[in-house]
Amino acid sequence: MKPTLDAFVLLSGALFAVGFLGVLVRRNTLVIFMCLELMLVAATLALVAFSRFNGTGDGDVFVFFILTVAAAEVAVGLAIIVALFRTRQTIQVDRLNSLRR
Amino acid sequence: MEPFAFTCLCVLALAFALGVVLSKNAVNGAMCLLLCLAAIAGLFIELHAYLLAFILVLVYAGAVVALFLFIVMLLDMQGGQPWRFRGMQALAGFVAAALLVAGLDTIAVRGQLGSGPPAPGEVGSSLKLYAYPLFTTYLLPVQVMGFLLLIAMLGVIVLSRRTGEADGPK
Repeated sequence: MKPTLDAFVLLSGALFAVGFLGVLVRRNTLVIFMCLELMLVAATLALVAFSRFNGTGDGDVFVFFILTVAAAEVAVGLAIIVALFRTRQTIQVDRLNSLRR
Repeated sequence: MEPFAFTCLCVLALAFALGVVLSKNAVNGAMCLLLCLAAIAGLFIELHAYLLAFILVLVYAGAVVALFLFIVMLLDMQGGQPWRFRGMQALAGFVAAALLVAGLDTIAVRGQLGSGPPAPGEVGSSLKLYAYPLFTTYLLPVQVMGFLLLIAMLGVIVLSRRTGEADGPK
């Protein structure tokens, strides 16, 4: 009895939903960013599982691209967060409400 | 692939992912993210994607989580209030996440994904299996990724200048 493709896709969906929940309920920009990374990794897991169970290597290759995009995203996003903290002295999203008025 | 190891890794990955969401402290969240990534790397090893597991640990656990911890230490967010639920927003978040997981699981269970064994053949431990598609079929995306990294580097350099100097010529 080996783990099936269904199990991997279910786990990937659950991890994605947990990351999505974190993006929706957390108010700290850094933690929101970590949850975004979690969602990217969940998509990666689904790609690898599909690639393995279908016998092709294409999904594995896409993981490289996802990792590259994630690295670039983390670099730019953390630079934005640091610049935001310098000007506003807070990174709580409910205090960053200048556009509301 | 033993089912026991798979179940353990699943439970660990989900528990640490929930730890990222529910931890009060950003440092604890980053540590939970690190352990969750380690569990997912274990799942990659179960899928025989050894190289990807190595790269995941190297890039994510090595670079990304270290960068997160560095920024958490740098910003030193003592002033921020700890995490708490606030009524409607948290409720809407939970309902949205539950709907998302219900939809995805319906696709996973009812969609005819096939529950057979993994396809035989290529095993992801050989570098050639990755390098050959990267330099033939996916050559254009590789070049675009290079440009993306260059643009990200330039963007970080521009963003991380002092705001006083950046606002100077306004």
